[in-house]
Amino acid sequence: MADATVNSAAEPRGPKPRRAFSSRNIMLYGTLLLVSVYYLLPLYVMIVTSLKGMPEIRLGNVFSPPMEITFQPWVKAWAEACTGINCDGLSRGFWNSVQILVPSVILSIAIASVNGYALSHWKFKGSEVFFTILIIGAFIPYQTMLYPIVILLREIGLMGDLGGLVLVHTVFGMPILTLLFRNYFTSIPEELFKAARVDGAGFWGIYFRIMLPMALPIFVVAMILQVTGIWNDFLFGVIYTKPETYPMTVQLNNIVNSVQGVKEYNVNMAATLLTGLVPLVIYFASGKLFVRGIAAGAVKG
Amino acid sequence: MSDRASQTTAQAKRPIQLFRNLSAKIASVPMILTALVVFVGGTAWTVTHSFTSSRLLPKLDFVGFDQYERLWNTRRWMISIENLAIYGICSLILTLLIGFTLAALLDRKIRFENTFRTIFLYPFALSFVVTGLAWQWILNPDFGLQEVVRGWGWESFAFDPLNNSEIVIFGILIAGIWQGSGLIMCIMLAGLRGIDEDIWKAARVDGIGTVKTYVRIIIPMMRPVFITALVLIASGIIKLYDLVVAQTNGGPGISSEVPAKYVIEYMFRAQNLGQGFAASTMMLVSVIVILIPWAYLEFGGRKRG
Repeated sequence: MADATVNSAAEPRGPKPRRAFSSRNIMLYGTLLLVSVYYLLPLYVMIVTSLKGMPEIRLGNVFSPPMEITFQPWVKAWAEACTGINCDGLSRGFWNSVQILVPSVILSIAIASVNGYALSHWKFKGSEVFFTILIIGAFIPYQTMLYPIVILLREIGLMGDLGGLVLVHTVFGMPILTLLFRNYFTSIPEELFKAARVDGAGFWGIYFRIMLPMALPIFVVAMILQVTGIWNDFLFGVIYTKPETYPMTVQLNNIVNSVQGVKEYNVNMAATLLTGLVPLVIYFASGKLFVRGIAAGAVKG
Repeated sequence: MSDRASQTTAQAKRPIQLFRNLSAKIASVPMILTALVVFVGGTAWTVTHSFTSSRLLPKLDFVGFDQYERLWNTRRWMISIENLAIYGICSLILTLLIGFTLAALLDRKIRFENTFRTIFLYPFALSFVVTGLAWQWILNPDFGLQEVVRGWGWESFAFDPLNNSEIVIFGILIAGIWQGSGLIMCIMLAGLRGIDEDIWKAARVDGIGTVKTYVRIIIPMMRPVFITALVLIASGIIKLYDLVVAQTNGGPGISSEVPAKYVIEYMFRAQNLGQGFAASTMMLVSVIVILIPWAYLEFGGRKRG
């Protein structure tokens, strides 16, 4: 035992290097590769299908690569696909989603970061109670709050409006984001905060001059979390908007699952890929930060 | 209000405290409104109205437990519950199993770890609508998996979950696991990375095999990680809605309905608000039943300490 510890200090960590083609390695990488097929298959099938023409799809093999690559399905999905009477493609949903996304992300992060800051350095009587309610609220099924929100939005005249949906996203993003920011601001040393106060900085002064610049990485994490979450939302989109303001996910579902007309699988898959593109780009571009974001979202408390 | 606030934190510096606390409070107004009006108020409103005979419009005409009685006598609700139970149990077991196995494999100091992790996690970035539509296409009986396997020479191969009411929920399960297991893998991997290297060394010195070390030592040590994963999966299961809408829309017939869908159909399409409220209250109750033991385990001890 003592011998092992002495050795481990001098040697690199980890198990002994092994031959590349040991039976263990073949098993290990074999399993991983096999599982990777399951995970990659849908993406592959979507891409391949979206590049084929309909005659080729009818010949029948979803896995075969396209013999003739065509981008027509993508053009059609973006600009011509029909939902009900509107035939201007997914572009409408895309721009709706962008119009929902940008203010929702900014508003929810602004509010949640101030909340987290107040909860970590400016506690007041009852602040912890509200925070606890907020966190418990994150577990309440949305279905129990859907209808009261309809009434609230109707009262303030935002029902069916993009503004209403922005508000809903801000409200439901608040628990997790507030937690994220609270935990981060709590980890900032108390001395720094006290020094600023001695120098006469107030609530907003400390927030903008000290906390905000220090918290930039957590802002990026929060942004990744919100952008993917809001872009992928379907439930709120379908309930709080009307057909002209449907976000992309809702419009996509309407295009693909519409019962009228001939099913154009290649257009459907192109549309599906288009909708998945934004979060996928964020995922591949952000790498480790995405993992950090979901880990922060996952480990509550 | 402001008087009480100044009392609590006024021990250090008296005069300016009141003003400073005021701006913290003003800044917290959105949070307070959300917590009280939407979360507490909204939930209480729905629960209250679930005891009324509201149909097209909510009204306070109390009828006791009538809505609940009708709910549990509705075949569609029973199918929804049954589907959710099957989906829930299978998804819980399989997601944990797949998530942990993949994390353990990735933790064996392999090459291309980042590549594999990226592959396993990317479905999580996609929405349930995209997931549902992709798998709807792969499971298409005329062009998808079934047809491909038949093309390979296995003529009698039959796998058509989306048009077979007996197994439709498993078709949804395949898609659900595809989307969600990467997240659990990530959490498990983080948990495995947190385990001291010396444990492995000690196990090796004692001659304990790898699998046995995982089952007997590592998994018991990762209890908190497993609980987090469990809570995450469970809260995701109850929310199951978009995936079903996109992949099968409850069909064939009503054989893949789920509670969340029942609520929304009754509230916004069938214009039977009372039923929707009662069903959503049942969802809330099920969450509470799951959550209270967990909260007790997690925080019960800490508060006393």
